[in-house]
Amino acid sequence: MTTATGQQHPISLYLKIWALLFVLSTLSYGVDYFHFHGLLRWGLILVFMLMKAGLIVAVFMHLAWERLALICAILLPPLCLLVLVGLMTAEADYTHLTRLLFFR
Amino acid sequence: MSAVPVPVPHDIAVSPTIGWRGLVTDWSSDREAFHVAWGKAMMWIFLLSDTFIFGSFLTGYMTVRSSTTVAWPNPSQVFALHIGGADVPLLLIAIMTFVLISSSGTMAMAVNCAYGRDRVRAAVLMFVTAAFGVTFVSMQAFEWTKLILEGVRPWGNPWGAAQFGSTFFMITGFHGLHVTAGVIYLSVVAVRLLRGRYEHRANYQIVEIAGLYWHFVDLVWVFIFALFYLW
Repeated sequence: MTTATGQQHPISLYLKIWALLFVLSTLSYGVDYFHFHGLLRWGLILVFMLMKAGLIVAVFMHLAWERLALICAILLPPLCLLVLVGLMTAEADYTHLTRLLFFR
Repeated sequence: MSAVPVPVPHDIAVSPTIGWRGLVTDWSSDREAFHVAWGKAMMWIFLLSDTFIFGSFLTGYMTVRSSTTVAWPNPSQVFALHIGGADVPLLLIAIMTFVLISSSGTMAMAVNCAYGRDRVRAAVLMFVTAAFGVTFVSMQAFEWTKLILEGVRPWGNPWGAAQFGSTFFMITGFHGLHVTAGVIYLSVVAVRLLRGRYEHRANYQIVEIAGLYWHFVDLVWVFIFALFYLW
């Protein structure tokens, strides 16, 4: 299936992933439509988001069949963004608290 | 006292060239880290950099949303469509999501046809993908028009936190720009494919590289849909 020059996979695989993405999108729309709230809502949104992202990257972008060197080079650097998110969460909380103290 | 020539060990590679060419030779030294075509490796590295751009946008959105003391407008109501006497929440956004996913599906099949060396079918599927992209951008233009008419501006809106407008226009605008660029890119590659520009190569790998960009645009929308519209 995987040659040195490129990748060819059966079209049925793409159709299955396509259908699965439709189902997952419908489910994540359902989270809003049926008014889920709180931790359940955020948890479901994140789970469906990560599943969809994983399917697109692994199958549609063929990353699952690439060599580990390329996979690591692509997937590890974005983890730095988690550090940024952590820093900015602390910063945003601090800003929020000072605004509550001085601007209300 | 004549200098005795010191034999250079064989394992130290000395570049024969100097200047910029020498610099490139030294850094590459005939080694390849990624055993894929260079175009594909470069596309992946570009997409990695784009990941950081969108990641920073979304992190900035998270920061302003969680630091504001004013209530955030409810996206479920803001993006509702009035159909048949009832408000259907997020309907347009849901349709846009399905349109973009469908375009990813046709793109994946175009790549499949390209590797089967069926260039006509591959080009047709790429045009279908581009048409889905145009549909997506048109719906986004409709959505922007609707919100602007309702009074949403980058500096304020009728429903709550002023930061809603600035993050909305920035994030969806930058994504829409990517979709537009992707439509042009796919059309150019499809036309060249039909005209036989890639016949001298052993394969149509350019289709897979263009596909990587298109799937990435879909991937970014998955995150925007979850974090901006649903959150």
